[in-house]
Amino acid sequence: MPDKPNLRSTAKAFVYLAPALLVLGTFTIYPIVESFLLSFYTDYDYFHDRVYRLGFDNYLYLLKDPEFHLALRNTAVFVIGVVPISIALSLGIALMLYRPIPLRSFFRTVYFLPTVTSVVAVAVVWRWIFHSDYGLLNFGLGLLGIQPVRWLTDPRWALPALILFAIWKSLGYNIVLFLAGLSNIPETYHLAARLDRAGPWRRFWSITFPLLWPTTFFVSIVSIIGAFKVFDEVYALFGGSPGPLSSALTLVYYIFVKFYREQDYAVASAAAYVLFLITFLLTVIQLWIGRKRTAV
Amino acid sequence: MRVELEGLSMRFGDVTAVDRLDAVIESGELVALLGPSGCGKTTTLFLLAGLYRPTAGVIRFDGAVVNDVPPERREIGMVFQNYALYPHMTAFDNIAFPLKVQKIPKNRRREMVLEMARLVRIESLLERKPAQLSGGQQQRVAIARALVKRPKLLLLDEPLSNLDARLRLEMREEIRRIVSNVGITTVFVTHDQEEAMSLADRILLMREGRKVQCDAPDMLYLRPAHRFVAEFLGNPPINLLSARVGAGGRCLLLNGGTPLTDLPEDIEPLPPETPVVVGIRPEDFRLEAAGVALGDPSACRGKIAGRVAVRETTGRETLLRVETCAGAVRVLAPTGKAPHPGTAVVLTVEPSALHLFHPETGESLRKIPQGLPKAASGVQLA
Repeated sequence: MPDKPNLRSTAKAFVYLAPALLVLGTFTIYPIVESFLLSFYTDYDYFHDRVYRLGFDNYLYLLKDPEFHLALRNTAVFVIGVVPISIALSLGIALMLYRPIPLRSFFRTVYFLPTVTSVVAVAVVWRWIFHSDYGLLNFGLGLLGIQPVRWLTDPRWALPALILFAIWKSLGYNIVLFLAGLSNIPETYHLAARLDRAGPWRRFWSITFPLLWPTTFFVSIVSIIGAFKVFDEVYALFGGSPGPLSSALTLVYYIFVKFYREQDYAVASAAAYVLFLITFLLTVIQLWIGRKRTAV
Repeated sequence: MRVELEGLSMRFGDVTAVDRLDAVIESGELVALLGPSGCGKTTTLFLLAGLYRPTAGVIRFDGAVVNDVPPERREIGMVFQNYALYPHMTAFDNIAFPLKVQKIPKNRRREMVLEMARLVRIESLLERKPAQLSGGQQQRVAIARALVKRPKLLLLDEPLSNLDARLRLEMREEIRRIVSNVGITTVFVTHDQEEAMSLADRILLMREGRKVQCDAPDMLYLRPAHRFVAEFLGNPPINLLSARVGAGGRCLLLNGGTPLTDLPEDIEPLPPETPVVVGIRPEDFRLEAAGVALGDPSACRGKIAGRVAVRETTGRETLLRVETCAGAVRVLAPTGKAPHPGTAVVLTVEPSALHLFHPETGESLRKIPQGLPKAASGVQLA
């Protein structure tokens, strides 16, 4: 049906593609290439766009910068703290919401609310929840006889507070994905398993979980990438600072500080590429594991 | 295991899927639940499995009421219509799953799976996943999985509907072989009369949630208790003609006054002029060439004159559509003797081959022997 491409047809195709290519090229591809090059500028005139020397100095700087190390460590703790708990919790909630319970659609809506609400608005609420003296969280802990925690002002507790907030924020989206995944598993498998005398626990681990694996896999990739890119939650929760004593400084926050506050564009670009490399490698590893598991 | 259903009913909201069903399934029997779609046969099967809870009535397994026993503890093997093989497990793991649940040791498990695989003849396919198996092979795996835990009752939901015609014939024999080999009480659901007739010891024919008749396949065919049974079974379908009882109460007259035959003997006496519906199977007509003297009304050995309108050969037999004074009738004749369209013919029928039904209730006017399970077929009518 399609003719062999010739000069005329190719030119025509380009004309059709041009608007999208123009936008993508200007705002996505050009910045990617330019920031990659920028990360190697070691001596340059920013005002006249003149580069005098290229090199690895920016990367070497990151290697030695304790702030960057802190950001890296905080981000790792954040990802490890948020992703597994968020996945487990949202899967659990999805399993409960999947069953015909009273007020099911009400709960489905409630759990999805954090996803559609603005981070800034939600952070205002959470700042009150985390408030050392009047916060709901400390009030609850107080009932259990636990001393109030200075969630947002104590450097030891800033990151856990951020993790709590991020888990809550991520639940809705993951629950929706899991609900969709669950509805793709035909009911007859569960009926068959019941007749095979499998109890609920066995049914979950032998039937639901393996059949839900493609969804879980997708959710984990999206969650890990999302967690590595965490920024607005930090900015909003700590009122435009990376937490007390930079205790909640994350990679993207570090990039933000370097780029906007210190105007060290080259170092910011280098840090962005380090972040890219980490998420890229992790995704490749995950794909590799995932393919091994789903292979028929 | 002996299964008893007593006044079994299942309502979904306003819809009554199963309505006061009574039936007994003897130990070791192979029973078909037959009926048009929506007649409640699958619901009945799911009630037996325990996947639904009846809204009224009782189910007894070997005398014990099992209404409140969950499916996990009913000792039932079930093969679903789409087989429901776990897609992420190999055939071996699928069959082994019920044993694994029961925590049977690995070696013993392996032995039992292999034994089942031999029975259903899939030894060489055990390492494959369901997606790599054909429909027939998947079904064999599903049957093996259902039987490996040695259940007391085997349930099959439309076992042959997902297979192509040739495979269907093969699996029909296979299911018979496997089930009789294991000697297990089996209930299967089908909407296909041929499948039910060829496979079952007894057929429970249902309509709109109610039992219409439950008997051996040949009894159902030869002695339908209801007009619905006569119409549902048999291919090509039975001819139904309106008639009335003639003067003296001995003879049947077709509409228009043509005498048909004497009334059969096993019938309550009917007053003259009683309207009845006469059912005649296409193979019960005898064809004679026209020209033979038409009927001797006094002897009431009527001959129906007609003309062949359509002729359809299926091989050994040919189906004719004959236009008569009582309307068009289907007649089955040996292909060699089947006349061509346009030929004038005369049809006769034996009184014993007639089925008579009440024009309103549809119930048979002939006496229906209460068939015992596995009772001999209708010898009288052979």
